[in-house]
Amino acid sequence: MKAGSNLEKVFESGKFAVTAEIGPPQSANPEPLTHHAKMMKGSADAFNLTDNQTAVVRLSSIASAVIIMREGIEPVIQMTCRDRNRIALQSDLFGAAALGIKNVLCLTGDHQIFGNEKPAKNVFDFDSIVELQVFDQLRREGRQVGGEVVKDPPRTYLGCAENPFATPYEYRVSRLAKKVAAGADFCQTQAIFDMVMFEKFMDEVRSRGLDKKIHILAGVIPMKSAGAARYMKNKVPGMIVPNEIVDRMKNAKDPKEEGIKLCIEQIEHLKTVKGVHGVHIMAVAWEEIVPKIVEMAGLLPRPTFQ
Amino acid sequence: MIVAKRKPLNEIAEMVAPYKRVSVIGCRSCVAICLAGGEKEVKMLVSALKVKNKKEGRDQEFEALVVERQCEKEWVKEVEDKVLGSDITLSMACSLGAQTIGDMYPSHVTFPGLNTGIFGVPEEQGVWSEKCVGCGNCIIHTTGGICPISRCAKSMLNGPCGGSANRKCEVNLDTDCAWSAIYDRLKIQNRLELIEKVTPAKDWSTSHAGGRRTYVREDAKLTPHQKKGKEAIQ
Ligand code: SF4
Ligand code: SF4
Repeated sequence: MKAGSNLEKVFESGKFAVTAEIGPPQSANPEPLTHHAKMMKGSADAFNLTDNQTAVVRLSSIASAVIIMREGIEPVIQMTCRDRNRIALQSDLFGAAALGIKNVLCLTGDHQIFGNEKPAKNVFDFDSIVELQVFDQLRREGRQVGGEVVKDPPRTYLGCAENPFATPYEYRVSRLAKKVAAGADFCQTQAIFDMVMFEKFMDEVRSRGLDKKIHILAGVIPMKSAGAARYMKNKVPGMIVPNEIVDRMKNAKDPKEEGIKLCIEQIEHLKTVKGVHGVHIMAVAWEEIVPKIVEMAGLLPRPTFQ
Repeated sequence: MIVAKRKPLNEIAEMVAPYKRVSVIGCRSCVAICLAGGEKEVKMLVSALKVKNKKEGRDQEFEALVVERQCEKEWVKEVEDKVLGSDITLSMACSLGAQTIGDMYPSHVTFPGLNTGIFGVPEEQGVWSEKCVGCGNCIIHTTGGICPISRCAKSMLNGPCGGSANRKCEVNLDTDCAWSAIYDRLKIQNRLELIEKVTPAKDWSTSHAGGRRTYVREDAKLTPHQKKGKEAIQ
C-alpha cells in the first residue's frame, strides 16, 4: 500500500470503485460541505473536493477535506498548478498529509479567464505531469524537487485526470502513459457521453498495457435538463456530447428522470469496459442525486475494510 | 521584434495635460515596423492631440521627433536639446526607449505613449503574434520549433491540456493550441518520441522569475583605456 487510503484499498481489492465530486461553497460557510457529506456518506469510496474549479474562488480543497473527514468520509483533494508554485505545492502536500488526507489529484488547472477573478496573475510553475513526478519523488525517495531531503515524507495516493475527447485524439493515450510514468496511481476521466470514442481510447489503453498500471475511473455527469446537455456540448472545451443524447434529453417528458436513467445506463455500460476500474460521478450542483444513482446502478453497499 | 500598441488618445491626452511643451519622440525600429510609434504614427498622434486641444480649448505645444533606435543612448543624444527643452517627453518607442530617455535625464519627466506587449512575429499585414517570453533557457529544439512557454496559455511543458478542442486553445478559440501544433510538427518530423517522455520541472531562474537580468559579453566590453578614448572623442 502506498498510502493505505480507502480508495486504494478498493482498487487493490479488485472491486469496482465509486467516487463522487463535492464542490466546495463560494463562501466561508462549512455547512454545505457537512450537509453533502452526511447525505452522500456510504454511497462512494472517496469524495473529490475540487480546487477552485473553473477558477472560481471557493473554500479551499484542503479545508473542505478536513470538514468532510469529520463526517467520517474520505476525501480526494484536487491540487492545481494554476495558483501555486513548487514551494506552495510541496508545502500543501505536506500539510494535507499531516491533516490525514491520503488521496491527491494532480491537475494543471483551468485558466483564470473562466473564473470570477479574471485579472489574476497565474503561476503554472508546473503542469500536472511535473506535479505528479515531483510528488511521486517526494513519497518514494523523500526528496524535494530541489534536492532537499525530507525526513518524514508524505504518503499519498496520487491521481490524475485525462480527457480522451481533447485534441489531438491520437495523442491522449500517450499522455496518459506519461502520467503513469510520472507516478499516477489512478486516473479520473472527463465525463463520457460518446461511448464509441471512449471504447476506442480504452482499446489503446489496454493494448499498451496501461490498464495494468493505473486504475481508471470513468467520469459521468448526470444531467438535469436538455439545456445542460447543450451547454456541455457547445460551451465546455474538450467535451463531446453526441446529438442523440441532446435529443434524448430534449424529448424527455421528465428530463430529470431521463438524466438519471441515462447516467445509470452509462454506468452499466462502463462496468463492462475492460480496464475501467470504477466510476467518478460529477453531479455538479446536484449532489443529492448521487446516492440514488449509485443504488440504482447496483453499486451498493460499498466495500468496507478493517 | 518588440510589438507595442499605442495607448488610447484620451489616456495620452490626460497624461500630458498638465504640461505646456511636449516633445513626442518616436523610434524607427520595431515600433515603426509594427505601426505603433514610427515617424508617421508620431505625426498622426500630434495632429490628433492638437485637434483635441483646439476643441477643448487647451493650449499646449507639441514637437514631433523620431530617432533611429530609442533604446540606445547614442541615438537619443541626438535629440537631447529637444528633450531638455520640453516640459515632458512622451516616448512613442517601446518601454525600453522610454526608460532609456528616463535613465539618461532623470530629472526630466518621460511618459510612455505605447503599451509594450510582445516579442512577436508579423503573421500577415497588421497581425502580430507572440512567440517568446524570454525565459532565458530555450527549449524549442525539443518542441518542434514551437515555443510552449509563450504560445500555450498555461506554459505547459507536457501539453496539451484537456481543454484543447479542434486543435484550438480553450482560453481563446481563435488561437491555435500550441501543444496540438507541437504534436503535428513533431509528427511530420518523425520525432514524436520527444513528447512521449515526461519533461521535468523547468528551471525558471533564467527567466524574469530570477530577478532582473543583465547579460554581459566580457569580450565585447571596452577596456578602461578604450572607454577613456571614446569619451574624449565625444
Ligand atoms: S523556450 Fe524560452 S527562450 Fe525559447 S522561445 Fe520559448 S520563451 Fe523564448
Ligand atoms: S489548449 Fe493548448 S495552448 Fe491552450 S492551455 Fe491547453 S495546452 Fe495550452
